[in-house]
Amino acid sequence: MKIPDMRYIITGIVVFLVVMTFPFWYNIGKAASAPQVSLDTPRIREMAEPQCVEPASYMRANHMRLLEEWRDRVVRGGERTYVAGDGKEYLMSLQNTCLDCHSNYDEFCALCHDYAGVAPDCWTCHLEFPRESK
Amino acid sequence: MKIGAVGGLGLVFLPAVKGFAGSGALRDAAGAGSAVGRKWAMVVDMQKCWERGAECRDCILACHRAHNVPEIPDPEEEVKWVWTERFEHAFPEQVHEYLAEHLRDKPFLVLCNHCENPPCVRVCPTKATFKGDGGLVMMDYHRCLGCRYCMAACPYGARSFNFRDPRPYLRELNPAFPTREKGVVEKCNFCTERLEEGLPPACVEACPAKALVFGDLDDPSSEVRRILSASYTIVRKPELGTRPKVYYVINPGLGNSGGR
Amino acid sequence: MLAKALTGSNRYWGWIVLLLVVIGVGFSCYLWQLKEGLTVTGMSRDVSWGLYIGQFTFLVGVAASAVMLVLPYYLHNVKEFGRITVLGEFLAVAAIIMCLLFVIVDLGKPMRLLNMILYPTPNSLLFWDMVVLNGYLLLNIIIGWHVLEAEYKAVSPPRWLKPLIYLSIPWAVSIHTVTAFLYAGLPGRHYWLTALMAARFLASAFASGPALLILLCYILKKYAGFDPGRAAVQKLAGIVTYAMIVTVFFVALELFTAFYSQVPGHGMQSLQYLFVGLEGHRGMVPFMWVFVFLSALALVLLINPATRAREKTLLVACGSVFGALWIEKGLGLVIAGFIPNPFERVSEYAPTLPEVLITLGVWAAGLLVLTVLYRIVVAVKKESALGNEG
Repeated sequence: MKIPDMRYIITGIVVFLVVMTFPFWYNIGKAASAPQVSLDTPRIREMAEPQCVEPASYMRANHMRLLEEWRDRVVRGGERTYVAGDGKEYLMSLQNTCLDCHSNYDEFCALCHDYAGVAPDCWTCHLEFPRESK
Repeated sequence: MKIGAVGGLGLVFLPAVKGFAGSGALRDAAGAGSAVGRKWAMVVDMQKCWERGAECRDCILACHRAHNVPEIPDPEEEVKWVWTERFEHAFPEQVHEYLAEHLRDKPFLVLCNHCENPPCVRVCPTKATFKGDGGLVMMDYHRCLGCRYCMAACPYGARSFNFRDPRPYLRELNPAFPTREKGVVEKCNFCTERLEEGLPPACVEACPAKALVFGDLDDPSSEVRRILSASYTIVRKPELGTRPKVYYVINPGLGNSGGR
Repeated sequence: MLAKALTGSNRYWGWIVLLLVVIGVGFSCYLWQLKEGLTVTGMSRDVSWGLYIGQFTFLVGVAASAVMLVLPYYLHNVKEFGRITVLGEFLAVAAIIMCLLFVIVDLGKPMRLLNMILYPTPNSLLFWDMVVLNGYLLLNIIIGWHVLEAEYKAVSPPRWLKPLIYLSIPWAVSIHTVTAFLYAGLPGRHYWLTALMAARFLASAFASGPALLILLCYILKKYAGFDPGRAAVQKLAGIVTYAMIVTVFFVALELFTAFYSQVPGHGMQSLQYLFVGLEGHRGMVPFMWVFVFLSALALVLLINPATRAREKTLLVACGSVFGALWIEKGLGLVIAGFIPNPFERVSEYAPTLPEVLITLGVWAAGLLVLTVLYRIVVAVKKESALGNEG
């Protein structure tokens, strides 16, 4: 290989690496602290022992998978009832079950999604406005 | 509607059995939450509908309110689940120049026919539209690509595409039902969310004239079957082999009810 | 070999920059369409496909027409096409890329495109269209590239290429057949509901594709200093002539069945809309009469041996064929299928400015691919010609 070609190739690789790793070194030393989500909603306050459909630790890691499972079972399978690990039954509905308790989108969903840098598009259809029962 | 009644504290109480409009005898509702082994259908008795007067839009409003169907002013981009068309438009191949006036000028209710042999389901490249329990033609809005092949395939013009974000065109929101987003196709779902709770479709419930009857074609004693066996009924475009499940009762005209 | 695309005259670079500008304009319009939705187009609930899908349909034909070079060359040993089969294959590559882009810009939710693969649905013809189009794209890239590389290195093409070349022949037919089936299998759209559709598509493809290739050969001769040879062009002209005659014949068959049977729903209303207007809506009428005029002109110039042999008149004929079939297939076919609508109402369609700009952007993207590929071909062919002399 001719020398001039080599020069271009190496320059190209260096530029590529710098651009690709930009987010990492740009954010060095700027680590944000994990967000504190709020569980202070009317519905949760009513509960003697606040509890989600599954344990909080499971939900934190797996709520998206659970929601996808619910979605397919409801929309495609025509099922509506979810039997939780503890035997309790729930209506499988993001809008009518999850968001009924978690009616504080900004202090709950958005806080964590922003921190994690994800933008799920659930809310283009599923309503997230304050859901005080009328 | 109270969302709390549905969502509650986690434990769900499905509503108790309710009779369908126009019939207390329907056992369909007993197995709430399940539509398995059924073939849902609707019979529209136009005579009863017209007796209410042409201005009555109760069924349309009930449906569109229940499902957050937007009111988009541009007719080219309208979204509609149920609406009315004159006879010549609803049944264009069955019209002739001397058609009785009481048929010609009256509105006919049109909606998705939930065909037994649906072309839209056949063409969908992602199974976003599919035949679900009870023979319902369903939409999975999560999966729809917005290719609009189903709109080309539907011979009934029953499908609407969200050319734009529908949210700004919603007057009031039903908090218990999702909206749609721009870029997906939507249509009547025969109120599957209500059927699963043992409720009749919203339009059927809202009709003050009890002109809409909903039930199970597989049940010989259902009211839809009773009407179908006793009256002259037509469906839209039967020649296409789609086997629609919305039937129309056509009565002899008021003017010649004593004749023949 | 790819590096050859980076060498060229100022005119070459000027053309590339022009294409990039058109692509840029189209792409910005597309970003706007993504943000606002398909409301920025002229499509409606009644005419729910328009210019994009029309272009898609037309270009599948252009892509399929590569077979009109490959088949005679490899199966009938038509030596004249030796110099230009690779041009046909690369034209197919560019056309298929445009097809795929036109499908993508037409989607309401393009980010969900992979759902076609994640949830494969064999009962949908769109699924099969995706399979055959991508397969055809791959076949033509592999075949075209290896044949050219062999020529570049002055060796004979690898032996394993032969089966792929033979496979590409029925595959070309399949892409346009499946595309025709997209339309011909829909119960409520009478204008499309005809068993003739696939045959008509193939016939018009074998006219429009080779016609375009003749025009491209002329451009290469004039501006790139590469002459594919008069014999090859004349051979192509013969193919265009027969295919155009068959195409016009097929259109006439549709007109006969519709108007002699007098069945309104058997395509008669759609054809009325196209040629004379329906219920006062005459949007497509001028276009369709241009189609008639161009077809007649093309047939006269092509059938007459003297005008077919003369370069100038042949170019006019080929331009006419391409224009005529673009109107018939790229515009009329799709739009008229939706008119009248299922309620027997006429709701017309006209593309909007952003829709046209996006369309031009996709065409420019295809032309860019074509330019780059042809630049390589010309460079290789010139070098190997020098090598042969020396």
